[in-house]
Amino acid sequence: MSGAGLALVDLSKHFGGVIATDRLTWQIAAGELHALIGPNGAGKTTLLSQLSGELSPDAGRILFDGRDITALSADRRTLLGIGRSFQGTSLFAEFSVLDNVRLAVQARAGHSFRFWRAARQDAALNQAAFAQLREAGLDHRAQATAGSLSHGEQRQLDLAMALVGRPRLLLLDEPMAGLGAEESLAMVARLKALKGRHSIVLVEHDMTAVFELADRITVLVYGRAIATGTPADIRANAEVRAAYLGEAPPAGERHAGA
Amino acid sequence: MIGDRRRLDWTLLVLFAGVPGAALALDEPYLLDLFARVLIFAIAAVSLDLILGYGGLVSFGHAAFLGIGGYAVGMLYQHDLGSGFLQFPVAVLVSGVAALAIGWVSLRTGGLYFIMITLAFAQMLYYLGISLKVYGGDDGMRARRSEFFAPIDLNDQTQFYYLALAVLALSLWLGRRLVNSRFGLALQGARSNERRLRVLGVPVFRYRLTAFVIAGALCGLAGALFANLNEYASPSTMHWTRSGELIVMVILGGVGTLTGPVLGALAFVLLESYLSEALEALASGFGQHWQVVFGPLLVAVALFARGGLVGLLRPGRGE
Ligand SMILES: Nc1ncnc2c1ncn2[C@@H]1O[C@H](COP(=O)(O)OP(=O)(O)OP(=O)(O)O)[C@@H](O)[C@H]1O
Ligand SMILES: [Mg+2]
Repeated sequence: MSGAGLALVDLSKHFGGVIATDRLTWQIAAGELHALIGPNGAGKTTLLSQLSGELSPDAGRILFDGRDITALSADRRTLLGIGRSFQGTSLFAEFSVLDNVRLAVQARAGHSFRFWRAARQDAALNQAAFAQLREAGLDHRAQATAGSLSHGEQRQLDLAMALVGRPRLLLLDEPMAGLGAEESLAMVARLKALKGRHSIVLVEHDMTAVFELADRITVLVYGRAIATGTPADIRANAEVRAAYLGEAPPAGERHAGA
Repeated sequence: MIGDRRRLDWTLLVLFAGVPGAALALDEPYLLDLFARVLIFAIAAVSLDLILGYGGLVSFGHAAFLGIGGYAVGMLYQHDLGSGFLQFPVAVLVSGVAALAIGWVSLRTGGLYFIMITLAFAQMLYYLGISLKVYGGDDGMRARRSEFFAPIDLNDQTQFYYLALAVLALSLWLGRRLVNSRFGLALQGARSNERRLRVLGVPVFRYRLTAFVIAGALCGLAGALFANLNEYASPSTMHWTRSGELIVMVILGGVGTLTGPVLGALAFVLLESYLSEALEALASGFGQHWQVVFGPLLVAVALFARGGLVGLLRPGRGE
């Protein structure tokens, strides 16, 4: 299992007069870690939402593992193997950490139309949820309320939930944002471990992390991909430097915080 | 904490079970009627709590199902079909189907729109009831107590009371299982963070619709009991103020606790009865304005007992 390929054909999305995705044609190979960078408002989150199925594009097609998924709902896409984590995290804040992951596990099990048995005493559910928490280093926090976790822990939980069921494609929206230097390093290490096991689209402003992790990088500006290439290509690209990288911290120097 | 909740359920049920004896001892037979009313509203409020408390969906038309259940009993009776074995299943089934239709439309919206649409559906049914002249128009229709086989006789107030109590106990038990099941976890997940749940792979609409149908069917059962209690079914049961009262019971007692709505129904029905009596004694004609006193009481509960009455009995967090 090492991910599945993704292809976008002429994808477009407008919000009134704002063009968030502009006839985007784009490919990600199976198992690739593809970083998506670009200034604020470039349309990165909007693109992820179209890939996850939360937003439907105005035009164009999305192919996942060769299959046209443009018309599929978000929940169907998840069951096909697309996982997503959110910008600024998105949790069940008043649930326990364990219940958050339980929900992810039972959702991936296909359907939760089970009305009778107590979910919290369901051994299969508990084991799978705990395994996921252990992998995220959060097992000691299992009973804590998700909303009470530190920001770094919340990011790890958010990612852990996206990883349930080993999605073939992982969509990550700024997993490094708001993390301290140490937490950032931990997250980079975690993503490195995930690399190759899933195809990954990584949206991230932390350029050090991006250049360290990515196989390829696409630069998005006003919904258009102005460049795609290896980290070396992108670093050398004059247009990219002008449009975006000029503002970014020099590579090699960790950019802590956001 | 769930253990606490269960203990409170049992305590309440045992206390309710003692009411017929107490009514007899005090020679106040009318207490039996009053408490049967409490039990029936408790069932309706528990059913509403499934969607309002656990689903996070404020349905402002829940009394529609109370009315549909009642009409099922009344209409069948009018056609000489007095058997409870027919009336009760039909009441549950028809309410469930109505909930499926109403939920199918309203659950596509959220927030304020959901409140308005459920309210509109209930008012539609209310006016439909009024327009059905064959079934009594706005007066409604008479319905004798449902008939069961030999030893069971609902004309016996005590038997009727214990039937209502059994249905309440069953509702609490089933409700408790439901909210703690995988289904219940998903339903509460949708309340907490709908978007995330969908991206985790849960088709949220289907879960909400299922909960809405279960709640509607259970409330229909309460409606069948209500028509039996009154030996009458009328459109006024479906009026929007009745839906509002059900919401008040749930919130007063404690949203999302199942036990709370039982307490809420108890408090509501007793206050309705005794406050109006007390006010009537103060000044004749004033009894009907009992809500003038009830309103501020509600505000006090909202201000000082955020978890509702259940929170007062068991201080701590509401969840
Ligand atoms: N639901 C929406 N309705 C209207 N406009 C929207 C909506 N979502 C996004 N936009 C607009 O679309 C554009 C792209 O937004 P998007 O959130 O995708 O950017 P982004 O690249 O993720 O930015 P950031 O780096 O700040 O997260 C912005 O101009 C934004 O204001
Ligand atoms: Mg964004």
